[in-house]
Amino acid sequence: MKVNVESLQAKQDKASLGLRLKFKLLNEGKLLKRDLFLYLLVFPGLLYFLVFKYIPMWGVLIAFQDYSPYLGFLHSEWVGFEHFQRLFSNPEFYRIFRNTMAINLLSLVFFFPLPIILSLMMNELRLQWFKKTIQSIVYLPHFLSWVVIVGMSFLMLSQSEGVINQLLVVFGYEKIDFLTNPDYFWILLTLQSIWKEVGWGTVLFLAAIAGVDTQQYEAAKLDGAGRLKQMWHVTLPAIRNVIIILLILRIGHIMDVGFEQVYLMMNGAVSEVAEVFDTYVYRVGILQAQFSYSTAVGLFKSFIGVALVIFANWLAKKMGEDGVY
Amino acid sequence: MREAAVSTIRESRFDRLFGAFNVTVLLLVGLVCLFPFYYVFVISFTTPEEYRQGGLLLFPKTWTLVSYEYLLSTSTFMRATGISAFLAVVGTLCSLVITSSLSYGLSRKRMRGRKPLMFLILLTTLFNPGIIPGYLVVKELGMIDSLWSLIIPVITSGWYVLLMKGFFDSIPVGLEEAARIDGCNDMSVWFRIILPLSLPSLAAFGLFYAVSYWNTFFNAVLFINDTAKWPLQILLQNMLIDSSTAMGGAAASDTGMASIPSETKKMAAVIISTIPILLVYPFLQKHFAKGAMVGSVKE
Repeated sequence: MKVNVESLQAKQDKASLGLRLKFKLLNEGKLLKRDLFLYLLVFPGLLYFLVFKYIPMWGVLIAFQDYSPYLGFLHSEWVGFEHFQRLFSNPEFYRIFRNTMAINLLSLVFFFPLPIILSLMMNELRLQWFKKTIQSIVYLPHFLSWVVIVGMSFLMLSQSEGVINQLLVVFGYEKIDFLTNPDYFWILLTLQSIWKEVGWGTVLFLAAIAGVDTQQYEAAKLDGAGRLKQMWHVTLPAIRNVIIILLILRIGHIMDVGFEQVYLMMNGAVSEVAEVFDTYVYRVGILQAQFSYSTAVGLFKSFIGVALVIFANWLAKKMGEDGVY
Repeated sequence: MREAAVSTIRESRFDRLFGAFNVTVLLLVGLVCLFPFYYVFVISFTTPEEYRQGGLLLFPKTWTLVSYEYLLSTSTFMRATGISAFLAVVGTLCSLVITSSLSYGLSRKRMRGRKPLMFLILLTTLFNPGIIPGYLVVKELGMIDSLWSLIIPVITSGWYVLLMKGFFDSIPVGLEEAARIDGCNDMSVWFRIILPLSLPSLAAFGLFYAVSYWNTFFNAVLFINDTAKWPLQILLQNMLIDSSTAMGGAAASDTGMASIPSETKKMAAVIISTIPILLVYPFLQKHFAKGAMVGSVKE
């Protein structure tokens, strides 16, 4: 087969313009036929990306329409930026924006550094079996669903029977109603995320640390560096790149709050501090079927996310780092 | 020389202290991670009466299987478990077929247009059009209330394709050429050389897919209204969460249970839903680095 194609190409070079075109088409046909199986293999996957990723990307245009399912995309009326104006003039917008930002900033400040610290500490463990055991234990919560984690939290935090409140009583404190008190909501979310993901967050750092040449530690030791200094001058620089990449990606997600977690933790008493963009889109979009308006909200959110990733990436490069893209 | 020795001793004392501190803190971290599991486990084996008496319950006086017997005899619970098991098995198989064939095709140099296609696929990981356009596509395709709506819209992802393509890239071309000389065509190369060779890697991807199908929640909230088609996580939500807060008055009837389930039954449900994950966990562990690359950027 291969020989055939090559001889075709050789002939093609000599042929006149018209003939060349004819050969080219023939050539294409032969190549297509030769690689038919490959095209068959990729077809279903490409169809998936077309239908479930690219049609929705084009579908965000309904944010500029008054989309009605009866009229369909093609016949719905175009309204320009009306839905965006409605969003920005909505007093709810500021509350949602505040909640989203607050939850994410808490996570950025308190959650983001923890996996770095934890992996540095795990790296200092000398006993391999102990290290392996700790790793297995701290990774585990990542694989539980939010339903299970929120369910466990309710059990442990419930005011009447929860173990935390029982402990508070044992130590002579008043019981606290964690679950319906708006003051605790953001902190609870942050703590839950930490519990679920902090261990898992160390995987990439530990992989990067494992790649460090042990000679570097030997050399540092010879220079009189203790364990803390080795950590600071050898291990930390080794994971610096990973830290920056993750930070850039994290900044791109600053408008995202895990829908499942907030949706499950939300109740009437805390909705004032709990409503975030994703739950809001779900409420007005799916439950109230305001498709165009909620798409506009989602689009605004994605737009900010992409802009922030590009900005963070640019900033990192400007500061002499590698960046992601 | 002597000075150096002295300084090593002094530092090593500090280092030993640091090491001990380190171990202590990590032990505490481990305890904090494990305690909720232990507590839930204990409650699930406690008699409802003992639980209701209150007090700090860290070890029950009598161990009982009552909560488990109740759940395993409840048809709603068993049906939801079955649906989640179906999703985990069928969904994982479908995902592996689609993802592996797409990534293999894109990893072959003969494939026309593979670079722009790969770029377009990666672009989908950067820009997310939001919930509603995706929801409308699923709705227009008539998949609402079909279990396929929990599989097909998440059947593959740009990150998985990227990682799996990297794996196929690492298979030497010579292997394929040798098979061709022995008379294999594209199809037999794929089925007889590439697939058997990638089984361990596919198994790793499969485990991560299986866990995510088992934990399917959000898409079920969006796409499944029919209570007979609830996967386990939605049933758990109704048992654990809606019935704990004031909003969940209807929970008992929705879950098909006689009354709002007691805490011990809730925790037994949590344990049952966690067992499959604990079972695959040791196998998952071998492939964490791969999974982390998917997980850390996906969410």
